[in-house]
Amino acid sequence: MSLLQQLPALQVAVPLIGAPLCALMGRPRLAWMFAVVVAWITFAISVALLEHVLDAGPIHYTMGGWPEILGIAYVIDPLNALVLVLVSGMAAIIMPATRIGINVEVVHRARHLFHTMALLALAGMLGIAITGDIFNLYVFLEISSLASYALVAMGIDRRATRAAFHYLVQGTIGATFILVGIGLAYMMTGTLNMADMAARLPGVSHTAPVQAALAFVLIGTAIKAAIFPAHSWMPNAYTYAPSLVSAFFGATATKIGAYMLLRLVYSVFGADYAFGEMKIGWVLVPLGLAGAVAGSIVAVWQHDLRRMLAYSSVAQVGYIAAAIGFANHDGLIAAIVHVFNHGLMKGALFLVMACVIMRLGKADMESFRGLGRRMPLTMGCFVVAGLSMIGVPATVGFISKWYLVSSALDAGLWPLALVIVGASLIAVIYIWRVVDVAYFTDPPPGARDEAPAMLVIPAVVLCALCIVLGVTTDLTVGVANTAARLLGGAP
Amino acid sequence: MNEFILVRVVVKIMVPFILLFALYVQMHGDYGPGGGFQAGVIFATGIIVYTIVFGIRRAVEAVPMSAVMAMVCCGLILYAGTGFATMALGGEYLNYSVLDSADPVHGQHAGIIIIELGVGITVAGVLTAVFLVFAERRARR
Repeated sequence: MSLLQQLPALQVAVPLIGAPLCALMGRPRLAWMFAVVVAWITFAISVALLEHVLDAGPIHYTMGGWPEILGIAYVIDPLNALVLVLVSGMAAIIMPATRIGINVEVVHRARHLFHTMALLALAGMLGIAITGDIFNLYVFLEISSLASYALVAMGIDRRATRAAFHYLVQGTIGATFILVGIGLAYMMTGTLNMADMAARLPGVSHTAPVQAALAFVLIGTAIKAAIFPAHSWMPNAYTYAPSLVSAFFGATATKIGAYMLLRLVYSVFGADYAFGEMKIGWVLVPLGLAGAVAGSIVAVWQHDLRRMLAYSSVAQVGYIAAAIGFANHDGLIAAIVHVFNHGLMKGALFLVMACVIMRLGKADMESFRGLGRRMPLTMGCFVVAGLSMIGVPATVGFISKWYLVSSALDAGLWPLALVIVGASLIAVIYIWRVVDVAYFTDPPPGARDEAPAMLVIPAVVLCALCIVLGVTTDLTVGVANTAARLLGGAP
Repeated sequence: MNEFILVRVVVKIMVPFILLFALYVQMHGDYGPGGGFQAGVIFATGIIVYTIVFGIRRAVEAVPMSAVMAMVCCGLILYAGTGFATMALGGEYLNYSVLDSADPVHGQHAGIIIIELGVGITVAGVLTAVFLVFAERRARR
């Protein structure tokens, strides 16, 4: 087989074997260099896969050469190709910053294992996205989750341990729900291959186990994606984890949850069954919008900016859930595009937090006083990513909101479109609060003191992407359009 | 438990056999019940019993933490590395048939034994590591 044909396996296998090699190196500096190389190779692979998928259609790869139904198959279509690019791209952009980042924000005795855990989390998330086998999805979910708990616990703040434990308990409950759902579906179909299961489910879809399976999977993925009201693990985890970890997870972990929801609902249970018969839209839309409003309002009152961003994530995931719940073509596009776009902006915003913490040791409202003059580049990034979070035209946030609103209108629910716009206006408040403090208060004495280039550059790159992809939408909307058509769109 | 001579003597005799039995379960895994995971657990049990009876200090002398961490990593590298080897030989990831170009069945057999060995090493390492980490915390207090 040629290298090109081997790419699907390499996508996961490279970071997976990179993780133990990193651990064996022992010296953090060496491990960091190695992890950066691995992350960039992984990113290159995902870009190659995306190009290949767009040119030649879905790729099927059989592990160990076993037929797809017997063994584990990797199936790549435009949807997961885009998610692969997001996850590995965020890793490639953030990983270089970890060399100095971990010195400030990771407890000393865990530093030598930081990059191992980061690569394991990366491999797990890529595995979830790429696999076409529903049990394999669960296995990778556990790999990425366990690595995530460890990464959150590495935070220098002592409360990080408690946040990680909370995350562990809720994450395990979520994973168990997903596993029970998978088990019930397996019981009724006798197969674990997603495509095969999708073909067999309609025959037994009226049975109680299959209905329960959908309910279990829905709840499990809702916890993993932090859809309101199952979001309570997220604020603490993102506040006390090292900021670079928050940047990576804020951009990817909840998005992987949303991807799982999309994949399992559309490619396994089928949109007709889930939305037409079981009416999960009636759960997703109200909860999603409630989360969007409640998350935004709570974010306004936060003193610690990382916690504010975490609640803003609750709101953004709410938009994604609502978009999925609308169950029409534009809704699918909105969900897929927002998974990608929110990854970019939340990654950028948490990187800004990492920069501020690098210089000031904390990221509460007080420390942002006069920061516009003290750290102009960092605050510039905050403004750009913040505008994108609000949904100002010519940023990526606008694209997502546009499709979201148009999907609400398509569904004939114009009052909900108003709710979406209203929730976005609340985002103006919590972003403006910070801008106001940073630019319109007198700075404490002290010269210009920009964060190190290794931290600022990734933030600048992500902000640039927020604008570039907000102007040219071929990558995100183009791919999302193809993906939405392949998934089947409306029921 | 160090004060009970009976326990001490019995455990001293038993430990080598426990480790040997782990290797038996490991190698016999493709004919009878067993395999890498079970073997790894049994192997770790041997070390854990030794630690409980003779104390954490002597156990860490026999099995230093760095060696345990190396076990954890090497097992996974052996497993994933086998996958890379089969790719280099032109097959899919973990397609053992290509390991022996003349006899695919023999290749499958060899592949299973190698990756199960990787599983066994990692499981033994992880269980020992988890136990030692908690035991050391207690010893420090």
